[in-house]
Amino acid sequence: MTDIIVIGAGVTGCAVARELARYDLSVTVLERASDVCEGTSKANSGIAHAGFDAVPGTLKAKLNVAGSEMMEDLSKELDFPFKRNGSLVLCFDEGDRHKLQRLLEQGLQNGVKGLRIIEREELKELEPNISNDAVAALFAPTGGIVCPFGLTIALAENAAVNGVMFRLNTKVQEIQKIPEGYRVITNQGTFDSRAVVNAAGVYVDRFHNMVSGQKIKIIPRKGEYCLMDKKVGSWVTRTIFQLPAKYGKGVLVTPTVHGNLLAGPTAVDIEDYEGVNTTGEGMADLMRRAALSVEGLPAGQVITSFAGLRAHGVTEKEDFILGPVEDAPGFFDAAGIESPGLTCAPALGKYMAEMVLKYLPAEEKKTFIATRKGIPSMALADPEERQRLIKENPLYADVVCRCEMVTEGEIVDAIRRPLGATTLDGVKRRTRAGMGRCQAGFCSPRTVEILARELGCDMAEIGKNDEGSEFLTE
Amino acid sequence: MKKELVIIGGGPAGLAAAIAARENGVEDLVIIERDGRLGGILNQCIHNGFGLHTFKEELTGPEYAARYIDKVLELGIPYKLNTMVVDLTQMSDQAQQAGADSVVSEEGVKAVDNAASGVHDVCKLVTVMNREEGLYTIEARAVILAMGCRERSRGALNIPGYRPAGIYSAGTAQRYVNMEGRMPGREVVILGSGDIGLIMARRMTLEGAKVKLVAELMPYSGGLKRNIVQCLDDFGIPLKLEHTVVDIKGKKRVEAVVIARVDEHSRPIPGTEEEIKCDTLLLSCGLIPENELSETLGVEMNPATKGPKVNESLETDKEGVFACGNVLHVHDLVDYVSEEALQAGKCAAAYLQGGHSAETAEKPGKQIPIRAVNGVRYTVPASLNIDRMEASQVVRFRVGNVYRDAAVEVSFNGKTVSSRKKKVLAPGEMEQIILKKQDLQQFEGLEEITVSIRQA
Repeated sequence: MTDIIVIGAGVTGCAVARELARYDLSVTVLERASDVCEGTSKANSGIAHAGFDAVPGTLKAKLNVAGSEMMEDLSKELDFPFKRNGSLVLCFDEGDRHKLQRLLEQGLQNGVKGLRIIEREELKELEPNISNDAVAALFAPTGGIVCPFGLTIALAENAAVNGVMFRLNTKVQEIQKIPEGYRVITNQGTFDSRAVVNAAGVYVDRFHNMVSGQKIKIIPRKGEYCLMDKKVGSWVTRTIFQLPAKYGKGVLVTPTVHGNLLAGPTAVDIEDYEGVNTTGEGMADLMRRAALSVEGLPAGQVITSFAGLRAHGVTEKEDFILGPVEDAPGFFDAAGIESPGLTCAPALGKYMAEMVLKYLPAEEKKTFIATRKGIPSMALADPEERQRLIKENPLYADVVCRCEMVTEGEIVDAIRRPLGATTLDGVKRRTRAGMGRCQAGFCSPRTVEILARELGCDMAEIGKNDEGSEFLTE
Repeated sequence: MKKELVIIGGGPAGLAAAIAARENGVEDLVIIERDGRLGGILNQCIHNGFGLHTFKEELTGPEYAARYIDKVLELGIPYKLNTMVVDLTQMSDQAQQAGADSVVSEEGVKAVDNAASGVHDVCKLVTVMNREEGLYTIEARAVILAMGCRERSRGALNIPGYRPAGIYSAGTAQRYVNMEGRMPGREVVILGSGDIGLIMARRMTLEGAKVKLVAELMPYSGGLKRNIVQCLDDFGIPLKLEHTVVDIKGKKRVEAVVIARVDEHSRPIPGTEEEIKCDTLLLSCGLIPENELSETLGVEMNPATKGPKVNESLETDKEGVFACGNVLHVHDLVDYVSEEALQAGKCAAAYLQGGHSAETAEKPGKQIPIRAVNGVRYTVPASLNIDRMEASQVVRFRVGNVYRDAAVEVSFNGKTVSSRKKKVLAPGEMEQIILKKQDLQQFEGLEEITVSIRQA
């Protein structure tokens, strides 16, 4: 019997787990995929939203502003990439100015700092490549960009170091109410716990509905993205949004925290809970819309495209569903975590943990380790730091991924650390090996080889991600 | 550390360039190779057909490489393996000046030598890294870029669908099969008819896989005619021209791809989709020169080749920086890579010895542009200096379409000086013309050379 089971090792589940790890509680995270950060958390805009978008008074508004404020300190504490690059919402039509004004007021009400409306001239000065059609913009200096894998993996590793048990490749099949709490039946055996935190992303309704008579419904809402080469990563330096206008909901163009340029997402409701395929129409549509924001969008520099699913909750208030389930004591939902879920994660973790603690009071642990050191990056290190790393470990001189300059030292570190990588995608998200312009053409055979060597298995057992995704057929 | 010449890349281009440089008197040089052995991509090209032009025999890739590696060893040319060039910059003039002063005090003799020969070249800083020596910078008077190329990825091709395992560039699959002795799949569809894809169609078939078809977006193949015959026709593998992949199915591993016919604008035609069951999709859709380092240095690039713009000496716009092989422009045959690299090595040697050729050290002469027009996509070199050129100059180029019974024309100042009939010209086959120094010298007031295609 464990105190708490968290279902789902996405950014929300990991944030809750890490907060609970501060207390004298036993926590087990069940994740159906082979790694943490395998669902919605891995395929999104990577934005730390300033917080002017959410309707005042909602959980989204409250946790967004709080999460945005926490993100910077957390990025230092847990060593993941985050940058406050500022964001702009473009207005293309004089007739839409009132919408910009409304956003500004909404932001002020939510407590977003530094918001102001800027005119075309200043806009052009800030962002020379911005569309000539933009007449004004809402400027949010607190907007930021964050590495979604970096954040999720950091939270998970730190939770693990503090005693949280992660059970990967563990698919929840059934949840039963038992006198002491809940019995969670998985493909890897049965787990009993006193409380359950349901942070299962697009599957969250499935588990909620197993224990509650008050049904909820999640719709997977697909968003497609195109990622462009670092060569054009500074086409804009801030995150560029569009005011919703006659052509529909806008898409964003943003530098990523790693220096690529990202455009997207589309928004299409789908039925398949794993329908993360890109489509010809989707990519064409998003690039066409993105081209409205900037002059000369470098569409020829796309290096990859991907799609993610937002767990869109069908609710009246268009808000997150957070907290205890009325007719299921000890069962807590973190449901409908769509945008700005990534930004909210630090605050949401705390918020959820507080509610769980009310149900299961516990003492704070004195042994909690709040900080975590990430994998050193040779690509980002200065010459002295590079020298030092190589001296410590000569594997740091051996470049495996030439596009992103990732060394064998970093890959071995990614595999050996707590909750280490066991798959090619796992290595990729921890080190960036394979994320560059050749998209793993050169480095994947070597990474597969290193994984097999470190894990003591045959190369044919190494997969891209989950079982069934092995690279070699013999 | 100081070196006269640093050659970046130990593949066929780097090897031949090093040999030529040494044979032309450059003693103080080094080859920097990122892999664990010399030979570059030839090491995984175990099929034959290499060296027909150079050695008049059919060698495998490793055999062809061995000829050059043996020569490098015989000449005692130093090389560093498992060594990555992480930065390439030019020393600023001021730093250069400061550096020269300090050289006078420490190594007076050498500085005087340089001053005497009138050499004021700007030093290049090559920062390298390896396990044994760590990270350090080599000051080089000349650099030869020979980094090769990479394959266009699925992402760059914008192929829609899922992102499962089982999608490989043809070269990655080649490495798995030929270097690791492993099979990346059993039922294969190949997109793109580039040479590596064609070679892999045969290779996978010989290893027991079923290659279902090769789809090619263009109305013509991107590879050599001989590879179409020997790798597809001989094995009954269909080549579907004007077809592309419009969807990839399978969440964990490729389960099928959907191909469709395309119109004259390369757009898929609705209603022509066909689902092909397979576990593997190989991509052979073009090669891109790997010029990240050249760009760091600020070398002027040619958008048509995605390689540096070079003159008759295969020198970039950065003095003392030369380029050859697939980093300069993508070749079909390694024989021409070697030939080009030999020239680069020789020219680098001439540069280091005080001028691009001894007789013209004093008069730099005029740079005459070579324009690629009317069906010719580019030329390498893109310009030449009559005084500096050898008795004859090979000008390599590619055409942008298939031409039948057309002629390759060379004009000086718009006046046709030669016209050579060709039965077929295709984008997949590199062409060349040869310019004679004598002809150029005799043409009064030569301002511009053009290479073009004239259709019958």
